[in-house]
Amino acid sequence: MANQPKGSIVGLGVTPMGKIYGRRSVDFAAEAIALALEDAGLHKNDIDGLLINANIPNDMDPRAQMTLGFENLSLINVMSAYGSTAGSMMQYACMAIREGLAKTIVLVYADAPLTPSRGAGASYSGPHRFPLGGMTGLKSAYGDFGANLGYAMAAQRHMHLYGTTEDHLGIIAVGQRQWAQLSPWAQMKAPMTMADHHNSRWIAEPLRLFDCCLVSNGAVALIVTSPERAKDLKQKPVNVLGYAQAAPGDNLNSARHPAVETGAKKSGEAALRMAGVTRADIGSLQLYDCYTYTVLVTLEDYGFCAKGEGGPFVADGKLGPGGALPTNTGGGQLSGYYMWAFTPLSEAVVQARGQGGARQVPNNDFTMVSGNGGILNFHSTLILSPHTSG
Amino acid sequence: MSDAVAKPSPVPDEISAPFFDGARQGRLMLQHCTACDGWSFPVRERCPHCFAAKLEWRAASGKGTLYTFAVMHQVMNPGFAGSVPYNVSQVDLDEGVRMVSNVVGIENASLKPGMRLEVVFESHDGTVSIPKFRPAQQAGA
Repeated sequence: MANQPKGSIVGLGVTPMGKIYGRRSVDFAAEAIALALEDAGLHKNDIDGLLINANIPNDMDPRAQMTLGFENLSLINVMSAYGSTAGSMMQYACMAIREGLAKTIVLVYADAPLTPSRGAGASYSGPHRFPLGGMTGLKSAYGDFGANLGYAMAAQRHMHLYGTTEDHLGIIAVGQRQWAQLSPWAQMKAPMTMADHHNSRWIAEPLRLFDCCLVSNGAVALIVTSPERAKDLKQKPVNVLGYAQAAPGDNLNSARHPAVETGAKKSGEAALRMAGVTRADIGSLQLYDCYTYTVLVTLEDYGFCAKGEGGPFVADGKLGPGGALPTNTGGGQLSGYYMWAFTPLSEAVVQARGQGGARQVPNNDFTMVSGNGGILNFHSTLILSPHTSG
Repeated sequence: MSDAVAKPSPVPDEISAPFFDGARQGRLMLQHCTACDGWSFPVRERCPHCFAAKLEWRAASGKGTLYTFAVMHQVMNPGFAGSVPYNVSQVDLDEGVRMVSNVVGIENASLKPGMRLEVVFESHDGTVSIPKFRPAQQAGA
C-alpha cells in the first residue's frame, strides 16, 4: 500500500469539563489517562511513553510522571507550540513508535484555571507584575494584554479587506452551539440565535463574547501505538494518515500578513498530500476555534474556499448539523470544551470511530484536524481515518 | 489623570534604552541594519532579515498607515479601568515595520485601516515617553 498509517490512536479519555473545582491539572490528567486506558483495554504498565502538552499550570511538567505513577518509560517530553501542540505531539509519537523508541504512548492535556472566585476572563489574563522591563512594558502601556486583542485585530483586518461581517462570524458560533446540543460532553447547551450572538457583550471589537472560546477545567488523554499493535486492542483503531506543521513567522514586517494568511495553507496541503486524499474526501473538519475568526481563516487557508470568501462560504450554515461541511461537531472550543488542540483532536477520534451518536457525521472516512497557536503563528494539521490508507 | 490606579509604565532596560531615550526627546527610534539596510522592531541583537549583528538605532520618519485595530472592552489591568473602551492598533510605519500602539485624537468609531498617521509622544508619569499615533495633520503626509 502506498500510504501506511503513521500510527494509530487506540484510546481516548475525556473528563467532565467546566467549573469543576478543587482539583489540580495533574489530577484531571490522571482521570483522563485512566479513562483512555480503560477505553483501549490497556493497563498503566503497558505505557512506555508520556507526552505532556505544556500550558499554563505548572503541574503539567516532566515531574507529572511521578504524580501519575508511570514507571520505566523510554520516552518523555513536555511539548509546546501553544495551541498547535497536539499535532506536534502526534507527529513525535508516531515517529518515535516507528523508530522503536517507544511502543505505546500517552498524549495528555490538562488545565484547571477556573476557581470559584476567578472566571474565564481573569483566568487567562494572568497576574501581571509591574513594572515590566523594556519592550514588554511598552505593550502593557498600550493596554495590549492577552490574546483577545490580537485575534480581534486580525478579524478587523479581514473585515476591512474582504467585507467579512458580524453575521459571518455569528453563523459559525450558532452552528457550533447546535452541534454542542448534540454532544454529551459539551459545556454550553443553551440555544443560541444570531440575535443572541449579536447581543452578547463586546470583548474586543469586532469580537463579542460568543466569538470567544470557553475556558475549561478538565483533561483529555489519547493513547497512540503502532498500526500492528492497534489491531489486537479493544477499539477500532483510528489511523493517522497525514500530519504537518507550518510556522510562517511574524517579524512585524509590514510586507507580511499573518493576520489573514496563516500557516494553515502549507500545513493543510502537506498533510493532505501525505495522506493521499483531497479536500473532497474530507467528511468533517475539526478546526481549532479559539475564536470564530480562526475557523473562518482556516477554512480559507485549507482551500475549502478562496481567500477572502470565508464569510459568504459559511453564511448558508453549511458548518452546522445537516450542513454540507460538518465542522466542530462536538461544539468545538466555543461551545464544547477548551482543551487547546485536544478539543478538535478528541472529537475527530469520536467521529472516525463512528461513536458520535446524535452528532455522528455521515461520512467519517477522513477527518481533517487543525491546531493553532499564538496569534495565528503556529499551525498543525492531522488527517485521521478508520481506514489504513487514503 | 483621574484613574485610581496608574497605568503600567515601562522601565527601559539596557537593550531598549535608546528607544526610550529617543521617545523622551520626541524621536521614534528603530533599529536599522547597516548590513542589509533593513529596519526592525521591537528590539533585537541580530537583524531579523539578514541575521547580521549590525543593528544601529536610527530615527524613523514617525509616519505610517493604520493596518488594523481593535477596541478593547475588557479591563485586564486596573490602570485601564477608566479607559475602556480604548483602541489597540497596528501601525505600518513607512520604514516597513509594524508596531502596536494606540491611535489618539480620534473617536474609535472613526478609525479606518489605511488612514495615514503620525507619531506623537505621551509622557507617562513624567519620566517615560510613549509613542502614540494621531491622524496625519497634513494631506499627503
